[in-house]
Amino acid sequence: MEKQITVTINGEAKTLNVEPRLLLVHLIRENLNMTGTHIGCDTSSCGACTVLMDGKAVKSCTVLAVQADGKSVTTVEGLATGNNLHPIQEAFKENHALHCGFCTPGMMMRAVELLDKNNNPTEEEIRWGISGNLCRCTGYNNIVRAIQYAGAKMRGDKLPSTDPVFV
Amino acid sequence: MIPAPFDYSTPATLKEALTLLQQLGDDAKILAGGHSLIPMMKLRLASPAHLIDINKIPGLSYIKEEGGYLKIGAMTREVDLEESEIIRKKFPIFIDASKLIADPQVRNLGTVGGNIAHGDAANDQPAIMLALRAEVVITSLEGERVVPIDEFFFGFYTTAVQQGEILTEIRIPTPSKGTGSAYHKMERKAGDYAIAGAAVQVSLDGKGTCTQIGIGLTNVNATPMRAFRSEEALKGKKLSADLIEQAAQLAAEDCNPSDDLRGSADYKRTIVKALTKRMIHKAAERAVNS
Repeated sequence: MEKQITVTINGEAKTLNVEPRLLLVHLIRENLNMTGTHIGCDTSSCGACTVLMDGKAVKSCTVLAVQADGKSVTTVEGLATGNNLHPIQEAFKENHALHCGFCTPGMMMRAVELLDKNNNPTEEEIRWGISGNLCRCTGYNNIVRAIQYAGAKMRGDKLPSTDPVFV
Repeated sequence: MIPAPFDYSTPATLKEALTLLQQLGDDAKILAGGHSLIPMMKLRLASPAHLIDINKIPGLSYIKEEGGYLKIGAMTREVDLEESEIIRKKFPIFIDASKLIADPQVRNLGTVGGNIAHGDAANDQPAIMLALRAEVVITSLEGERVVPIDEFFFGFYTTAVQQGEILTEIRIPTPSKGTGSAYHKMERKAGDYAIAGAAVQVSLDGKGTCTQIGIGLTNVNATPMRAFRSEEALKGKKLSADLIEQAAQLAAEDCNPSDDLRGSADYKRTIVKALTKRMIHKAAERAVNS
């Protein structure tokens, strides 16, 4: 039996009738046609489907759409304001923090929550902080640098160098 | 992967949830954080006809000290433990564990009650609760009953929670002065289940004699396991490196790991010995410095 739910997606309230078994990620991608949120492993391991639900990063492949009833959901499409990129988006761009880009939306949504709690995390805190997000292009170094860069930007500090580092 | 169809309710009170649970019987499952149940439903390992979502019931999420206990509401998220001042100051074992339980996104939704009620020996909180000698509060329409953690785990995915009942609180006796605790698990990668894990809480008197000890093991038995002989080997004795080595050896002998993708049983026994030894040392160090 379908349930009526109201979910605020990127600031816009949407009322829909959904089957209880519909997953949040399918609601976002298929019912709302927002395909920025990716499905990777479909088993809550890879983090590609990460979105914010009431400000908390969650894996939307393991949340039912009905559980988001009355809640506010932010996807990667909700990060930029008009043509102005969110600091995390700018940071990923400036630091070459993506290669194929598949993990990027989930990685950025988790980074947003991480920086929201602590905008000056250590490298270790960042690495633990993104331990639920897999990048298979082995791009972690630049992702960590991008999160540090976004933190500096959000704090209003001097931005770290974006020169490539060879290790 | 999509779960089989089911009906879904969001009761507003515990009484409403318990009434529904009694009416629906075995057809219903409680939905807490959903991070064990929803994956199982997607894989069709579980196909409940009805989900009772208890997330909208107020008053089930708290961490408080009261009447000689630390009380943790069943719907307390793993992340809440991680960020709690009381936990940071007095129960470092949960901080050890918090980094190792799944990953940040899962900890944002996964609950402490669910972690235990799932009855999976691979979960981390059960071994910790064994070490801390917790008690579990189970509520039904008839009222509450309190079950010691040693009588809680019946078997694989089976616990003392019976039809018509909901796990509502976990109580941990306030440790005496001079108590320390520690947890670690070996995992292949962040977010994986334990190859093996060891949880230890130890109380020392002024002379370094062990007055109380709890040792729980993760994922090396059909149920979360207390290392009885290891505890007995240490209780009432002055801790020494030799004695701790012996206690760790007993844990390795008494556990019942199986060969699987995470390693052979022999390998896991070796890990159990190493982790038990290290965690006793770490807990004792914390007890001295407490």
